[in-house]
Amino acid sequence: MFAVVVGLVVFAAMAFVGSTPPTVDYTQGHQPGQPVNVTLQTVGAIGYGIHPDWVSYLAESPSGQWVHTTLLKLPAHSRINVTIDQYDSGSPLRNQEIGQIEGTVGGVAVINGKATKIINANVGNGVGHTFSVPSLNINVPLLGVNGSASNFCATAAPCGSAAHNVITFSFNTPGPGNYRFQCFVPCGLGYLYGNGGPMSTIGYMGGFLEVSA
Amino acid sequence: MTAVPESPEGAPDASPAARADKSDAGHGRTIFAIWLLLAVVLDPLFILLAGPHLPPGAMTLNARGQQVDLTVITATALPVVLFVWVYFAYALVVWRHRDGEPLTDGPPLRGHFRVQTTWIAVTTVIVLAMFVYGTVELIGPAGAGGGEGPAPIWTPTAKNVLVVQVIAQQWKFTYRYPSFGGFETDQLVLPNDTAIAFHVTSLDVIHSFWAYQLGVKADANPGSDNVAFSTTSAETGAFIVRCSELCGLWHGAMTTSGVVLSKAGFEHWATSTEVKQAVATSYLPKFAWSYTPDANGSDGGYYPDNKDPYSPVETETFGS
Repeated sequence: MFAVVVGLVVFAAMAFVGSTPPTVDYTQGHQPGQPVNVTLQTVGAIGYGIHPDWVSYLAESPSGQWVHTTLLKLPAHSRINVTIDQYDSGSPLRNQEIGQIEGTVGGVAVINGKATKIINANVGNGVGHTFSVPSLNINVPLLGVNGSASNFCATAAPCGSAAHNVITFSFNTPGPGNYRFQCFVPCGLGYLYGNGGPMSTIGYMGGFLEVSA
Repeated sequence: MTAVPESPEGAPDASPAARADKSDAGHGRTIFAIWLLLAVVLDPLFILLAGPHLPPGAMTLNARGQQVDLTVITATALPVVLFVWVYFAYALVVWRHRDGEPLTDGPPLRGHFRVQTTWIAVTTVIVLAMFVYGTVELIGPAGAGGGEGPAPIWTPTAKNVLVVQVIAQQWKFTYRYPSFGGFETDQLVLPNDTAIAFHVTSLDVIHSFWAYQLGVKADANPGSDNVAFSTTSAETGAFIVRCSELCGLWHGAMTTSGVVLSKAGFEHWATSTEVKQAVATSYLPKFAWSYTPDANGSDGGYYPDNKDPYSPVETETFGS
């Protein structure tokens, strides 16, 4: 009986530790030369699961379902058109250097319809998060939402029509490989220097672009 | 050396009695002779052939000095290793147990004054020599590329020293160039034939700035200015920068590259980047030697708050 209990506890622990978020596959049916559209959203609190109060990314699958993950499978040598619906509030950046848009097609991102090369996070609603792929030199700061807005997203993700900023940009994938992407804003509130918790967890604010041939 | 009686077939007679005929001193002289021959041949060969190719290369004076140190240390250690190998090989060949021989215990060891004295004397000389050599090399040139804290004891003799501030944060390095308006970039570009002063700090946890090929390694502590000097050689090319202090989930990915350009190439890059980054630089806080961001996360911004943006540990600003 003791052995069975120990076995079940070990199994549960291993299942918990070893669990990984699902991968959203954007390569299915992809034709060479065709761009891929990726839609993401960032929310202040995922609202469910084992860490309902953690900030997180979500990805919309090609079939239109929102998936709680940061693992994205993309085709190699393709143009990726990204749309990010940013629902979280912002703040001044710890390092304004990451307020610059880098590595995108044209070196710009379109924020709420306006082509932008840099965000001054010291004014307005600041920056909520970034979409950064260091090995591809991609950095896109995501403009913060007014945290006092009456329709601020306070419910479980996905946030739908709540107050948000729409950020669009494009980049080109290199050859096959795993490229980490992460948020560089220390948004893990309550953790040392804001970089623990969701910032250090795959599926929340850190993930991988799995670029395949 | 005592003659070894031969067997009827002409091969050395390896019987216990025959081997016992050779005195301990005789074995010792044979081992010493083999070792000396190998050491005299292999040590210079190693220094001449492998020495110039040892890491970390010769991209800076620090790196070149470390390459020489590694050559000296290895050339010193090589004879010791050779002695151990020769001793083992000799023991395996001469003293190994043969089939049919009775198993007998060796004579009791009761100490040997001369051997013990020699052993202690030789190892003491080696250790003291390494201590003196290591201490001298640590001092020059200019602290040997290690972080010397905010008030360096050993500074370069060069008149013009290029200041580059290294800002570590989870999980990337950025660099500010106070001589060019204080712009900040994630590219580390340096001129050749130039003394560089790296001022290393952190915005969050402890990191470590390790530019291996430059021979530079300095801890990046929040709220602290850790200065490390390096003087680039005429060599140009790329080098790797790593964080060498475990700093969180993506520590292993906190790697980037830098490049050493010609002086003219660097000047062009720096002045054009200064112009290109003018708007971004205007959003940056005034240059300071260290910064103390809010430990609670993004609410704090780059600096404690907008009312008192600079840390109490700030010592001077660019241009002052």
